[in-house]
Parts: sequence; structure tokens; C-alpha cells
Amino acid sequence: MFVIEKRKTFTKVQNFFLIIIFIVLSLIMSSLIFLLRGLNPFFVLTKILTSAFGSFYGIKETITKSIPLILCGTGLVVAFRGKFWNIGAEGQLLIGAVMATWIGLFIGKNLPSYILIPLMFVFGFLGGGVVGLIPAILKVKFNINEVITTLMLNYIIENLISYLVYGPWKGKTQYGFPYTDNLPKNALLPIIKGSRIHYPTLIIGFFVALLIYFLINKTKIGYEIKVVGENPYAARYSGIDFLKVTLVIMLISGGLAGIAGVGELAGIHKHLTYPYQISSGYGYTSIIVAWLSGLNPILVLISSLFFGGILVGGDIIQTTFGFPFATINIFNGLMLFFIAASHFFINYKIKFVKVKYE
Amino acid sequence: MNIPLIEKLEMRNIYKEFPGVIANNYINFHINKGEIVSLLGENGAGKTTLMNILYGLYRMDKGEILINGKKVNINSPRDAISYGIGMVHQHFMLIENHTVGENIALYLDNVPIIFPEKSVERKLKEFFEKFKFNINPKSKIYELSLGEQQKVEIIKILLRGASLIILDEPTSVLAPIEAEELFKLLKNLKDEGKSIIFITHKLNEVFKISDRVTVLRLGKVVYDGDINSVNEKDLAKLMVEREIIFNITKEKKDGNKEVVLSIKNLYVKNDKGLLSVKGVSFELRKGEIFGIAGVSGNGQRELVEALTGLRKIEKGEICYFGKKCEKFDSKIFRKFNVAHIPEERTKIGVVPNLNVEENAILRVYDKEPFTKGFGLNVKKIKEFALNIIKKYNVLTPSTNIKIKFLSGGNIQKFILGREIETKRDIIIAAHPTYGLDIQATRYIRNELLKMRNMGSAILLISEDLEEILEISDIIAVIYEGEFLKVDRKENFKIEEIGLLMGGVKS
Repeated sequence: MFVIEKRKTFTKVQNFFLIIIFIVLSLIMSSLIFLLRGLNPFFVLTKILTSAFGSFYGIKETITKSIPLILCGTGLVVAFRGKFWNIGAEGQLLIGAVMATWIGLFIGKNLPSYILIPLMFVFGFLGGGVVGLIPAILKVKFNINEVITTLMLNYIIENLISYLVYGPWKGKTQYGFPYTDNLPKNALLPIIKGSRIHYPTLIIGFFVALLIYFLINKTKIGYEIKVVGENPYAARYSGIDFLKVTLVIMLISGGLAGIAGVGELAGIHKHLTYPYQISSGYGYTSIIVAWLSGLNPILVLISSLFFGGILVGGDIIQTTFGFPFATINIFNGLMLFFIAASHFFINYKIKFVKVKYE
Repeated sequence: MNIPLIEKLEMRNIYKEFPGVIANNYINFHINKGEIVSLLGENGAGKTTLMNILYGLYRMDKGEILINGKKVNINSPRDAISYGIGMVHQHFMLIENHTVGENIALYLDNVPIIFPEKSVERKLKEFFEKFKFNINPKSKIYELSLGEQQKVEIIKILLRGASLIILDEPTSVLAPIEAEELFKLLKNLKDEGKSIIFITHKLNEVFKISDRVTVLRLGKVVYDGDINSVNEKDLAKLMVEREIIFNITKEKKDGNKEVVLSIKNLYVKNDKGLLSVKGVSFELRKGEIFGIAGVSGNGQRELVEALTGLRKIEKGEICYFGKKCEKFDSKIFRKFNVAHIPEERTKIGVVPNLNVEENAILRVYDKEPFTKGFGLNVKKIKEFALNIIKKYNVLTPSTNIKIKFLSGGNIQKFILGREIETKRDIIIAAHPTYGLDIQATRYIRNELLKMRNMGSAILLISEDLEEILEISDIIAVIYEGEFLKVDRKENFKIEEIGLLMGGVKS
């Protein structure tokens, strides 16, 4: 028989190695999928890594894909610290893209860049934030589970975008494709030459990560978020306003995803189109990014880069070996599964004991 | 399914130790067929532990259980059920969204796999005819009153073939009329030849229902005998008698003291929606300790939660420092700067996963000098935490360690320090020494006395009679949400408190 015991202490080094062990385990599990295809898993995994990190082109693409992950991941760290299970970063990101289109293509198309682009980011933040507030209010006021509401909002927003691009916003210059017209030049984000890295968003992401780290550790609202997340009873005892804290959490979490959406639209796509084109599941992948960072905004920068690489590798194995892109989703799912499992082993240990029966 | 009838059940020399406390100290207990035995005692006397051993929820360290003269091994509730023992817990083990029939079918093992509730319905009909009451087997559990739910629990156990039923404080959730109905049912069952163990702390019920009474005190049997050879006074005395050592010297202070908290005609409901504080009024004065004695579950928790803004008030008035509040909640409460040492220290009093520093400011984090605008003043917070640790002898390796790694006594000293460092006019202390070792207990009681002598008004709620008697100036005895008597300590006799705690006014 075995018993489960709570661990007394666990050092950061042990913690790190435990996570590494679990990442390796998830790689072994993923290898089974490659084996099913009759391919040598070592070969495939090496291919993923070298294509993401092994070439100049790969690194540029990896950074590009890590930009939305940084922003969404940091936002999710805030939500998860407060134990608000926001699964809706995908939808919040897409709303950011809608706002960018609305401001960039219609409202402010004649404004100069230095006003228009900040305006798009501000509205992206507000759009994502307001969408985030809906489940926050529903949870605090009516006790409705936020996992359901945030997830369902994703589908609503995806369909809203489909409606827009097939209907009222369908572009006249796009030869009948369900795209909006391209944004005017003054609404496009500058990129690093020879890459797709829209550096304004990258810089925002970098500073946001630092800012959120400061917010969580050194401010009053950060303290309230931690207390609400760790012990709601103590939060009530200390007189913390749940509604206020939850609203702030989701305004930040949704807002940051919204900024990511602005970046994707004005930096990469230049027009609004099918939702799954705008975001290749960044909102979902960032859940894993946040967990892998151990809910530390600074480490989100690193885990985003890692998963950005995985996404690039996914594209490559798709073209090289003819794998469907879903393979990478399986891979990500397994990774999340194992990281979640590792958290159990950080807090508990399993001890085998002999039981004597009389 | 043939479970032999229990003619006689004996528990011999039962010994059970928990870390730091002997819950059952060589207890002998027996019950015969067709008998109702009351098991009486204060909180922590060992009643529930003994019954949990009998029902297989705990394992005894030493001792043996005999049924009809034969030794049996009971290692799980499943074993207990197979010997014909059933237990109705204080909190019902029913699935709220399922019907009566389904709940009962779930507990039985000889029902068909398909539509089990149909066969149960037939059995239920016979049962209701015999005992002359009725519950619709198709009702969902949440549609039933608590009294009816309890009956479902009893029926469930009987249909499984139990001949011995253990009821843990069965009347604590019932209205008086429902309790009468329960007693009628139990008497009928007794006539059928069932044995019933009735755990209680209410003295009048003991006389109403039982044939025999066993009194436990601090893990030992202090009385076992026929109900007719004792009276309420004897039982109260047996239950609470002890030597009380008054080794804490108290300054006597008299004169007109300022009232800092007055409560008028307060009514509060519990989680189940029943009134559990019924018309309580009292005044708390500076330099006095007002102790509320009583067996737990008589409204103390709801009273404290109401006073600290954590629970809604149904009726009545709470005035801090003479100020009347129309709406009262935890946000308003914090404005009054009242120290609150809560009942469940790790569940409510601290955030286990945050460090000592972060926990130090739990109730003052938004006040100067710990906060400035949006930011926290990390330096001042650390100073404050270090000050508490030093002044109140909190043992911790550093202020950066998660507070969950501290021992219970150190956490409690820390909470006490945190609260009274910033707020010293009124202190509300709920079970401040519960589960602590002697040293920590001593320390906390002394500290409370020190605060009293410096002019704080202290409201002390405790199940520990010794604590109440040792440090209170005024004692109130609470029973079923009412104060049965409020007076200066000198005017109480210990037996009287025992009687009052059992609901008997002399």
C-alpha cells in the first residue's frame, strides 16, 4: 500500500528538476504519436528543436510567435494567481484584433501613426478587458463558474468575427475572400527588417511582464489578488472587496490578451479574417505558458519563447513529414497534463508502506 | 441478508490517543437489546471518538469490542454495518439532488441493478405503516425538512438490517416539535428490540429518552448507571467537575467603566437558515473580560461572525463605541479597528501559502505606514513582522518563510500579536487556545489578561470551561442561541454552569 504525504519543504532547485523530469516524460509520451506514424521520435523531436532554435530564420519566427504568448501568458498569471480560471484568453485576443480593425480601418484611418497605433492598443486593451469583465461579474454576483463562461465566450467571439468578415466588414478589394480590407499604412506596426517581428508589441510585452511582476509583489492590489487566490476566507476576514479585486484581475488579464490581438492584426495579418487564422490557439497555448512559468511573470518570457519554438516546429513538421497541425495540439495537451501533474508532486510525496493486519 | 440481532454489545478498555491528547482512556461501555443509552459529556470528553471507533471510522490503540460475547474486528464502517451497527452523523450523508428512494437504495446491497428505488418503495410502505408516518419516496432530499432528512437516515440504516443505532447529537439540527417526533420514533424502535446510543450534551433529553446514562469526562467514564438513580444536578456536576487552579493573579478594578460594544436583541441565522442566535443582548466594557461559556454549536460561531461583519444580522443592533450601524459588514467592521482572533486559525486567520511578512499585514495592508498610494512599503512591513515575532515569542527561522510551516502555537501567537499590536480597544477572541500546548495556552491567557489590565475590552468565546473561569470577569452561558445567565464570575458555582450548559435553569 502507499500513502500520500504533504511535503514539508521543497527547494527551488528540486522544483526546477522536477519540472524538467515531467517535460521529458511528456516528450516520451508524445514520441508514441510519432512512432504510430512510423517515424523515429528522436528524429522528429530534433527536427522541431533545430527548426525552432537552430537557424536564424527559426529564431526570428520563434520570437514572432512568442509575442502573443508573452502578453496572454502574463495576463493569465494575474488571473491564476487570484484563482480565477480564465480559459478565455483566445476570445479576449480576438476581440483585441476586432478593435484594432475597427479603429485602424474605420474610425481613425486618417490619423497619423503616432496617434493611431497607441489608440489601437488602448482600444484593444479595453476590448479584451471588457470581455473579461463579463465572466468576472457573473462569478462574483451570481456564482457562475468562470471556466464555462470564459470558454463559451471564445466561441461567441469566434462566430462574431466570422459574421463580420463574411458580412458587414467584408472587404471590397479582397476578391470575394472573407477578409476585411487591409489596414492603411499608418495603422500597421513596424517590423524588424527581414522578419515578421513586430517589435512595438514585443517591447510592450517585455515591459508588461516586468510591470506585472512588480504589481503582484509590491503593490496593494497585488497583495489583494494573492490573498483572494490563496485563501478566500482570510480575504473576507481581512475585509477585501471581492468584486473590485476580481474586476481588476479580469480587466488586466483580458486587456493584455487584447493587446496581443492588436499586435497579431496590425503586425502580421493586416486584415481581419477567419478567427483560427488570426490566432493559432495562442489563447489556449498561453495557459500552458503560464503554468510552466510557475505563475511568475518574468519566467513567462522564457516559457513563451519555448512554446513559440514548439509552434514553429509544429509548422515545420507539418510541411516536412505531412503531419496534421493537430499533432502539436496533442503535444501541447500532454505537456499541460504533465506540468499539472508535476505540481502535485511539488506539494506531495508518495511513500510506500507495509501495512500489518492483525 | 441475515444479520444476527445484537443482544449485547460491549466495548472493553478502549484506549485511543491522538497527538498530544488521550481521547479515550480505557473506557468500558456496554448496551443491551432494547435499551436506549445516553452518552453524555462536554466537548472533547471523547464521546464522538468512542463512537467513531465502534463504527469503524477510527482504529483503537488498545481494547476490544464484543458482540453477544464474541470478540469482533471492526476496521471500517462496512464491517460495522455487517454486524448490524448503523450511525446517523451530525451532518447527514445524503445526496441532496437525489430522491429519498434513490438515497436509500444506494445504501442497501440487496437491491436490483435496474430501478433499485422501486423495490425500496415497497419496503418503505411497510415501514411507514408500522411506524405511522410518511415521507414521499419520490421527493428530492433538498425538498425535505431537516427532521425528515434525519428520518431518511434512520430508515436507511434500519432497512440495511441494523439492530444498533448510534445517533450523534441528533437534536442539534431539529426544531423542538421535530425532536419530540424523533423521540417517539426512537421509543417505537426500542419496543421493536433495537438498541440506541444517543450522544448528547442536553440534560433534559437524557431524562426524556434514556434508560441508562454513561458520562464521560476527559476521556474517562465517570458515571454509568440507571437514569432513575441520578438527577440533573448530579449529571452536570459529573460532566464538568474538575479542580481549577487560579494561578493567574488579577488586579481588581471597579467603578464605572466605559461601554465600548453593546449588542441589543440580536438574531442571526446559521448556514442552514435556522435561527441560531436568538435575542442576545450584552454590553462589553473597558478593562473587562466577558466570557461566553457553552458547548460548541449553540450559536457561538454565528454570534462572532455577526459581530465581525462576516454574517448577516436578521434583527437587532450592534453598536461599537456607541455608533449605531444601519448596515453592518466586514468592510464596516474593519473601520472600527477591533482585534479579531478567529476560530479556525489556519482556515481564516492566516494565508498559509504566503510568508510571515505578508501575513503580518493581512488586516492592515491598506493602512499607513504599510501602504502608500498603490505600493506597499516593504521595509515597514518587515519591521512590523519582526516586531511581532520578537514581542510575542513567535518561533520562526525567518520572516520569508511560508506561514504554514510554523506550528499551531506559533501561528496563534503571531495572530494574537498582529491583532493587538494595531488594535487594542476591543479584542474578540474565539477559542484562542484551542488545540495548543500548555505553554502556549498559558502565554496567550496571560497576554489577554495583560491587555485587560491595560484597559482593553475583551470578548472571550471558549468551549474550555477552565479558560472561561480562569480569566473572565463576567460570564454568560449560551445554550441554543440564548444567554441563560449573565453575571459576575463570583456569583456562579461550577455545577450551575454545568447545568446551564446542558440547558437546565436552576
